[in-house]
Amino acid sequence: MALSRQDVEHIAHLARLEVSEDEIADYVAKLSSILDMVAQLGETDTTGVEPMAHPLDMAQRLRPDDVTESDQREFFQRNSADVAHGLYRVPRVIE
Amino acid sequence: MEWETVIGLEIHAQLATRSKIFSGSSTAYGAEPNTQANLIDLGYPGVLPVLNAEAVRLAAKFGLAIGATVSRRSIFARKNYFYPDLPKGYQISQYELPIVEQGSLTIRLDDGTEKVIGITRAHLEEDAGKSLHENLGDATGIDLNRAGTPLLEIVSEPDMRSAREAATYMRAIHQLVRYLDICDGNMQEGSFRCDANVSVRPSGEAKLGTRAELKNLNSFRFIEKAIEYEIERQIDIIEGGGKVVQETRLYDSDRDETRSMRSKEEAHDYRYFPDPDLLPVELDDAFIKEVEAELPELPWIKAQRFAEEFGLRRDDIDILTASRATADYFEAVAATLGDDPKLAANWVVGELSGALNRDGLEIEASRVPPHALGELLQRIKDGTISGKIAKEVFEAMWNGEGTADEIIENKGLKQITDRDAIEQLVDVTLSTSAEQVQQYRDGNQKVLGFFVGQVMKASQGKANPKQVNEILRQKLSDEAE
Repeated sequence: MALSRQDVEHIAHLARLEVSEDEIADYVAKLSSILDMVAQLGETDTTGVEPMAHPLDMAQRLRPDDVTESDQREFFQRNSADVAHGLYRVPRVIE
Repeated sequence: MEWETVIGLEIHAQLATRSKIFSGSSTAYGAEPNTQANLIDLGYPGVLPVLNAEAVRLAAKFGLAIGATVSRRSIFARKNYFYPDLPKGYQISQYELPIVEQGSLTIRLDDGTEKVIGITRAHLEEDAGKSLHENLGDATGIDLNRAGTPLLEIVSEPDMRSAREAATYMRAIHQLVRYLDICDGNMQEGSFRCDANVSVRPSGEAKLGTRAELKNLNSFRFIEKAIEYEIERQIDIIEGGGKVVQETRLYDSDRDETRSMRSKEEAHDYRYFPDPDLLPVELDDAFIKEVEAELPELPWIKAQRFAEEFGLRRDDIDILTASRATADYFEAVAATLGDDPKLAANWVVGELSGALNRDGLEIEASRVPPHALGELLQRIKDGTISGKIAKEVFEAMWNGEGTADEIIENKGLKQITDRDAIEQLVDVTLSTSAEQVQQYRDGNQKVLGFFVGQVMKASQGKANPKQVNEILRQKLSDEAE
């Protein structure tokens, strides 16, 4: 499956990745070849096979509804570049 | 041209769990910012979400209540987008195979007819954090306490045809989730939120018009006003020769208008895929049966029972079954009273609701408990006091002055049923109202009301009104002879 330049630009934008003009052609070729490889799966006849949502053939384990965590705000916020009034400060976003 | 409005709602109900959907952090409202956000909620690398069993149970409960299919197998997906209140860069939600599919809810419209609203699906997902803009200068502050709170997103079919219908449906869902005890329904705290997809098309047209998604409809009044505004806006655009753009719009309640938030096409390219961190959720028949057994009497079944068992009017039933607490209160009063459910209903709908509204109290916090109200009503039934005096006694009970019997005794409010005493009062009234007596004799029957009023006044409201009426009629006709 061949991706277009626009496809790559669009995907890069959605992923917030900056891709230079020179790199785009390279990504078009490489991503297309990955899709071609995956497309080979489509050649297998899967009639009657139930689709899998996960490679492990197991069901999700559930946890009881208990509060097990305590406040570690100070510890976690040591990793943050900018904190004020207990909040993580980020560049202004407003709709 | 005649226009038809088409509305579908997406309601987010916060599930009433103690801990988050994928972590052991508390979901309690109102904590200091970021004190209830752990590594999973903060989206640190290498952590693993583990699903909360209670969230699954509450979602299944909702599914069973709306007659939906509760999926024996459902899966979680990643919904990818960038926003500062979403640290992972994706929200864990359900896309293919949601936990609840294909249910419906019957709503009652203003004209008394019923309408079935289809519910396409209800899926489990995690909430995002909160962005705050005040007192932070040029920055935005992020509080991630809400991140990871379990939500049930309830998606309706585009079955509603007016703003009023949409608000009625939203109310019905709100009532249901509270009956089921799966959500506290607190709209101020954001526990129950709604987005509306609104479009218009020429009447008779089968194809749907281009829709706008309205966000931030956090009250029943706002949803109605926002949709009204949006319908007008879209019709104006089309009639002016323009085209409606598919977009997300935010309702501004201060200005009573909707305004564009962002273009939807790109923002809604979420690139869903199954979350590799979570395995499929499998539910067995035993679990479903167990949840089914926990279902309370549902609002519409209760309403039907109130009609059949108590013979109440539909308007009263709507008020009495609005919440389980109100219905329970009414039933407790009716049980104390014995055989007059209509009297109990009148008082719960009338005096009690009035007092609760006046003091801004929920019925659970009523200053007069149901058995006490039942005892008061018994005193009306047995003729100790009149309905009018009962209101005075009720006020005193509300103010904590004692039981009905104590107040009647202390204030000397016992009804006068002694025939001689009433006759005396009647005689005095008639002797001082010669003019009205003449009018009565001239055939003006309406003056009787005046006499009754005068006698009641003279007795400070304590004379038995039925006896007063009877004696008055008798005396007046005696005199006429």
